[in-house]
Amino acid sequence: MGDYLSGLWEVLQKYDALGAFWVNIQLTFWAGLLALALGTVLAVMRISPIASLRLAGAAYVNVVRNTPLTIIMASMVLVITFQLGLKLSPNLNESGFRFAVVGLAIYHAAFFCEAIRSGVNTVPLGQAEAARAIGLPFADSARLIILPQAFRGAVAPLGSTLIALMKNSTVAAAASVATETASVMKVAIELSPDYLYAIFAAFAIGWLILVIPVGLLTTWLSQRLAVKR
Amino acid sequence: MRKHTTAAALAAVSALTLAACSSATPGETGGEDGGDAAESIKIGIKYDQPGLGLQEGSDFTGFDVDVARYVAAELGYAEDQIEFVETVSANRETALQNGDVDMIFATYSINDERKALVDFAGPYFVAGQDFLVKADDDSIEGPEDLEGKNLCSVTGSTSAQKIKDEYASGVELVEQPGYAECMTALESGTVDAVTTDDIILAGLAANQADPSAFKVVGNPFSEENYGVGLPKGSDQCEAINEAITKMIDDGTWEQLITANTEGTGYEFNAELNPPEPAACA
Repeated sequence: MGDYLSGLWEVLQKYDALGAFWVNIQLTFWAGLLALALGTVLAVMRISPIASLRLAGAAYVNVVRNTPLTIIMASMVLVITFQLGLKLSPNLNESGFRFAVVGLAIYHAAFFCEAIRSGVNTVPLGQAEAARAIGLPFADSARLIILPQAFRGAVAPLGSTLIALMKNSTVAAAASVATETASVMKVAIELSPDYLYAIFAAFAIGWLILVIPVGLLTTWLSQRLAVKR
Repeated sequence: MRKHTTAAALAAVSALTLAACSSATPGETGGEDGGDAAESIKIGIKYDQPGLGLQEGSDFTGFDVDVARYVAAELGYAEDQIEFVETVSANRETALQNGDVDMIFATYSINDERKALVDFAGPYFVAGQDFLVKADDDSIEGPEDLEGKNLCSVTGSTSAQKIKDEYASGVELVEQPGYAECMTALESGTVDAVTTDDIILAGLAANQADPSAFKVVGNPFSEENYGVGLPKGSDQCEAINEAITKMIDDGTWEQLITANTEGTGYEFNAELNPPEPAACA
């Protein structure tokens, strides 16, 4: 048993399993940041009084949300990099990583937008009416009154979206990021088939360690930050 | 009325069941009498590797598939008794251990880690890692010419691992989910070369619209012995080796290689091919 575990440890080290998790964390961080920014803009568009903006926001969300993530990710590399020759960095692997971040952000922005919009729905209508009554234009009432309360009400759905984003970061393999966990696990299994089940288990446990704290944290935050009404 | 329908349905079902029973019995006895001939054989192949194992509609083509058909025929199986099953690289050992397949012809390199889990017959081909470049590119002649080049290989392949272990400095290795993506990148000039076993490269080139637009460099720098994967303790190894030897002796072997790499100008490594099947364990 001891031999088996030390053998497994050697395999995990050889293929740099920890480094693979770090790649997924980096993908999640940058994509999450971008997606949150884009999602906020989309949410504001969708609640704005201007019909064309509302339409554009709704169109984005419905098109992107209904496109499989793998297709978005694969097209980042196959269409944009290989066929159109656009690169985000002269180094191909670095460029692949950045395109993976962009792809993840484009996709998850739609979900972040809907999470924020659900937060907007927790803000009583009276708040918006009061903002208007004191003469605030839409931009100010959104920035000062609606969104701060909406974010506090949207922590739980934002957390769920973040967890989904984290796990979806393994789809970056389709955008040729070969150092993330799903690819590394495949390599480890193929080249060390004798540790098949143990490798699966090790990566599953790694993901649990990564995801569970995020869930706990967002649940705790959502209770702490919720506007008491 | 409803009662009548139910009764009729029941009668129909029981008749069917009885029919199934009665027809199954002679079938089974037939199987025992006829020995192997009445059973089918499940052969694991790749479905996505042009020139070696490729699914084209309901048909399968490629060198591995052709060798599998020849060997199965020698073992006494007719064409319609062969059932091809897809075995991707990562689950070849598991498929053999679980009995999902009886044998595997899927660019399966013989090595010690795998020998601990499965048995091998063969080898039936010795491939070597090589490069595929555009036909008009003379700048890459071997692994030492990779300085500053972009190289494409498939995530998790032994070829990608070898480049990382031995030639990592100076070369930019781009890993893609499949060889099709690598070919797209090579065609558009995003990468300078694709690397994996020479015969796989030849198959990839042969599958392109214009095979003569690419060339295999022809300077293999590894030795991959493609064997026939068998479950541990299989008694078929000797028979398969005999079939492989016969195939090489009667000229079928060379014919199959030529047919599957047509138009690419590929020549197999004549120093190591055709191989002598190794003694069975």
